[in-house]
Amino acid sequence: MRLAYWPGCVSRGFTPELHGSTALVADRLGIELVELDRANCCGAGVIAEHNQELADTLNARTFALAQRTGLPMMNICSTCQGAQSECEQRLRDSEYRSHINETLAEEGLAYEPEGFSNKNFLWVLVEDYGLDRLKDQVTKPLNGLRVGPFYGCYILRPKHRLGYEEHPERDLYLDRLIEALGGEVVQYDGARKCCGFPIITMARDVSLRQAGTHIGDAIDADADCLVTPCPLCHLNLDMQQPEAAKVVNRELGLAVLHLPQLVGLALGFEPKQLGMRKHIASTEWVEERLEPVAA
Amino acid sequence: MWMAEFTLKVRRFKPEEAEGPYWESFDVELDPTLSVLDGLLQAKDRDDGSLAVRCSCRAAICGSCGMKINGQSTLACKTMLEEAQSYAESHAVAAQEDGDKTKGNGQTEIVVEPMGNMPVIKDLVTDMESTHWTKVRRVTPWLLPEGDPPEREYIVPPESMIDVTQSMACIQCGACVSSCLSMEADPDFIGPAALAKAYRFIGDPRDAQTKERVHDLAQDPHGIYDCTHCFSCIDACPKGVAPMDQIMRLRRAAEHEGIHDQNHGHNHMEAFTKIIEKKGTLDEAQLLQDSYAPGIKGKLVPKHGAIKGLVESLPTAIRGIRTGKMRSLPKLIPGVHAKLPGDAQDHVKRIYAHAEDHQVELNLYIRGEEADQEAPETEVEPEPDEIADSESRPGTDTGLAPGAGS
Repeated sequence: MRLAYWPGCVSRGFTPELHGSTALVADRLGIELVELDRANCCGAGVIAEHNQELADTLNARTFALAQRTGLPMMNICSTCQGAQSECEQRLRDSEYRSHINETLAEEGLAYEPEGFSNKNFLWVLVEDYGLDRLKDQVTKPLNGLRVGPFYGCYILRPKHRLGYEEHPERDLYLDRLIEALGGEVVQYDGARKCCGFPIITMARDVSLRQAGTHIGDAIDADADCLVTPCPLCHLNLDMQQPEAAKVVNRELGLAVLHLPQLVGLALGFEPKQLGMRKHIASTEWVEERLEPVAA
Repeated sequence: MWMAEFTLKVRRFKPEEAEGPYWESFDVELDPTLSVLDGLLQAKDRDDGSLAVRCSCRAAICGSCGMKINGQSTLACKTMLEEAQSYAESHAVAAQEDGDKTKGNGQTEIVVEPMGNMPVIKDLVTDMESTHWTKVRRVTPWLLPEGDPPEREYIVPPESMIDVTQSMACIQCGACVSSCLSMEADPDFIGPAALAKAYRFIGDPRDAQTKERVHDLAQDPHGIYDCTHCFSCIDACPKGVAPMDQIMRLRRAAEHEGIHDQNHGHNHMEAFTKIIEKKGTLDEAQLLQDSYAPGIKGKLVPKHGAIKGLVESLPTAIRGIRTGKMRSLPKLIPGVHAKLPGDAQDHVKRIYAHAEDHQVELNLYIRGEEADQEAPETEVEPEPDEIADSESRPGTDTGLAPGAGS
């Protein structure tokens, strides 16, 4: 399987372990990633807030660069998926699209929706790679590790924009992936709620209260860790976890894994290789839980 | 008529009794294309007349029967039983947090609860006063025109109302408020319904208090920058108002009015947009600095709250350096982040020049979402120059309009 790969900004910025673990896991699964190194930021909804045409043109440029490779596009960030799907939806309008393509023409690019597809790694694993095929690759099953799924808003809502008509169970994929890897899904209140990251600089307390509450709920539901396909959720849930703990006024300390890290553990990679030591919330407990019980 | 059996698992609460909320299941038998509301009314009729539910029109017009069905905020009269059943079956584990997923007969139950973010009066009836009506009044939901009123009515060309058509579709059902994840964390958040209503007047060309309204909502810590962009209200709204989109328009209007709010909302948007123009991908260190204090390295004095914001973010940065997350200069020092390779960055800059010049906004609510077709003959694509030069705020029948910033 070959894919045009858009890593996004944060996976090479504050969560470098996401980019690294994706590369390892994809390689092991035989997925070849052709990186779109000339592509630009998706705008994370912020640029669209400022100027819709600007966000749409920037993302049309990324889509066109992907189309030039002749491969389907893959991202590893829920926020990229959401922001890009929003633009993709507007770019279905042929009149609007020709206006946008005029701007792209100077770089010799044009975006045509026919046959174009852009999926995050989670959707690729479930819909294209297949969980049964993934199961066959598992060498170190997760041993009943209790994992709380944290989806991130941008791959859940709004449903009409994110392909839920065709794939109505996309909001269950993370649960299924955890099970396929030998883990146990933890049901807790926050799984499909917002991490609060988009307002961390604007309403810090509200933002951290969201993150802190969900982590607390997962701990109360006896989770060993959380897993998320969104690096921005990871920033609020992991990097800001000590600050979130202060806001919700309780002890937290729950490991938050990136999606490819969880897959990587089941494929037999070492936590250190997967960059888990770079996390703020310690992942030691997860490592202990995965060790085979001494006879 | 084809009849089928359904089980509604209803969250009940009787204020006159000492016990707290509890679950009760009702078996109903109805045509599957009838609504969950029809199911509730049959249960009330046949099993328990004390089951409280608010409803009137049964046609998604009055907005009375807002509730949560399988965890999703919506109107009970607009949700078909078979649709709710099929969702409950595929999402049984996710929708039901406590205990049994199925009844003895093996049929999955449709879970019905009162709306969230509101006190419950009885069963499925909530008190919408504190988190809905008070907040709607908070945004001054009436027109504030200037000068003497005209002799007869105000005359407004229809095309200049396109921009507010979507927010006018609101029926005040409260489904968006019920679903709002910011309000869960901050009950004082003005919220999706009231802010969509605010846009209805801010986008109205007859209103003369646009700047004052936007200023008020931008400076309020529980205003437009308290929305966490989670899309819940867009999915919940039964009328396609997309409240979050209206909040984003309010932010655009705040930028257009040049309001530098104390919440750093404007700074954040401006910093983000400028960084991508310069670098193509996000320079997080720069974004953090500029969100709080644009120009801190120059002669400008940091604005109110800037120092506090930066200081608050320091422990996080230090922890990041320790674990190796940020152990490299481009991640630590604003501005060191590399731009896109080759001439790619020049092309991004060129896109900025084009788009900032046009600022075309495609309104899918007006335009229709399956619009990949030939434009109707009556519609003429406006020339970009015409759009940019257009004096009137919103635009044309095509739904292609210049944004608020033009």
